[in-house]
Amino acid sequence: MLRPRIIPCLLIKNNGLVKTVNFKSPKYVGDPINAVKIFNEKESDELIVLDIDATVNNGQPNYKMISLLAAECRMPLCYGGGVRSAAEAKKIISLGVEKVSISAAAVNTPQLISEISQEVGRQSVVVVLDVKKRYFSKECDVYTHNGKIKTKYILYDMFSIAQEFGAGEIVVNSIDNDGVMKGYDLEMAINVKKIANIPFTILGGAGCIKDIGDLIKSCGIIGSAAGSLFVFKGVYKAVLINYPTADEKDQIIKSFYLL
Amino acid sequence: MITIIDYGLGNIQAFVNVYRRFGYPVNVANNISTLQNTTKLILPGVGAFDYAMELLNASGMRHDIEKLVFEKKVPILGVCVGMQILADSSEEGKRSGLGWIRGDIKSIKRECGSSELLMPHMGWNDVSIKDKHKLFIGFPNGYRFYFLHSYYFDPINENAVVATTKYGLDFCCAVQSENIYGVQFHPEKSHHYGTTLLKNFAEL
Repeated sequence: MLRPRIIPCLLIKNNGLVKTVNFKSPKYVGDPINAVKIFNEKESDELIVLDIDATVNNGQPNYKMISLLAAECRMPLCYGGGVRSAAEAKKIISLGVEKVSISAAAVNTPQLISEISQEVGRQSVVVVLDVKKRYFSKECDVYTHNGKIKTKYILYDMFSIAQEFGAGEIVVNSIDNDGVMKGYDLEMAINVKKIANIPFTILGGAGCIKDIGDLIKSCGIIGSAAGSLFVFKGVYKAVLINYPTADEKDQIIKSFYLL
Repeated sequence: MITIIDYGLGNIQAFVNVYRRFGYPVNVANNISTLQNTTKLILPGVGAFDYAMELLNASGMRHDIEKLVFEKKVPILGVCVGMQILADSSEEGKRSGLGWIRGDIKSIKRECGSSELLMPHMGWNDVSIKDKHKLFIGFPNGYRFYFLHSYYFDPINENAVVATTKYGLDFCCAVQSENIYGVQFHPEKSHHYGTTLLKNFAEL
């Protein structure tokens, strides 16, 4: 049986690992390569690494860092940050990365999704949508540039566009829930599931293993990504890289999904 | 010497790391002079079928690899698209495959006809072994590997099927014909399950 994916998401700023709250106040939490080594030992399902400086600083992807991460990583790796062309995406894949994610560039030029997917294969193209709920409304707007620029798209429209243009996976990243650790936006996840015909992953809000279980219970085979949950421990948020064991994962899947 | 064929696709370094970690001699070949001391070949791959064939044909290594595989009977393991190009052709592309194991690459979605099935097949899935097999020994926790693909290998000869997995339909995910092996999943990214398989291949 295909299993839901439980995915740590690591944010990179100035070559260090950081964790944000609502996309703000990045806190330094350690060295990315060291974190990858720990997730290797813990046998995590996959890993997402997002360079949150690259697009904002109008910079290039840091290829040297990406190749170091890819070489170290013993699980499938998705890299995102600063990718603006099919040539860049191809170069990243050639460094040994399984999936390359685009966000701002995909929202501004959906055609780019098709171009990249023709070059590297659809399965390796991930679109990350940063979304924020409107006040007093269920509608979510899509943002880019670390939540600073509001686009003309609402989540469900952009999700469908990305799908149509050839994305292989979509990560929906909730700005409202980022770093808050009070659970995923399940209603949003269920609504996304209704329109999805490609795999998708929800990021933002997981504060405990039960939150992941709740997401799996509502959506079935889904990607359940988290940042804070896998880098912090305890109410004072002491930095401690952690991940459920194989048995714990089986328990989640059995109790919430397979019954 | 285990040689990872570097024709511009796939996780070359990931394979190198696995073998180095377990003390196997390993090198990367990107031209014919680096294929000299090869006793095992790995043909990796991520991406589209046509692009993989294009790159392999352009690498200048195809002829020498074929000599190793067919004259010296050096075992070769194709991984993901590296496995798919072992076939004759693919629904995904227009180019001819290597045709080393007879069969075609087919679309999972079209074959199973379900509109609800999310594509690509992405994530960790269980694998069933048809008969005992040299690549699949020493797995105390069952067989589970990471998949990332939308097409699968449908060999003409049933005996080429080593293992299957289920997503929408039961399909072949590991093939063998003589010294030619292929797996659809990514052993280099499948933690201890994958390293066990890669060690088994090294010990053939």
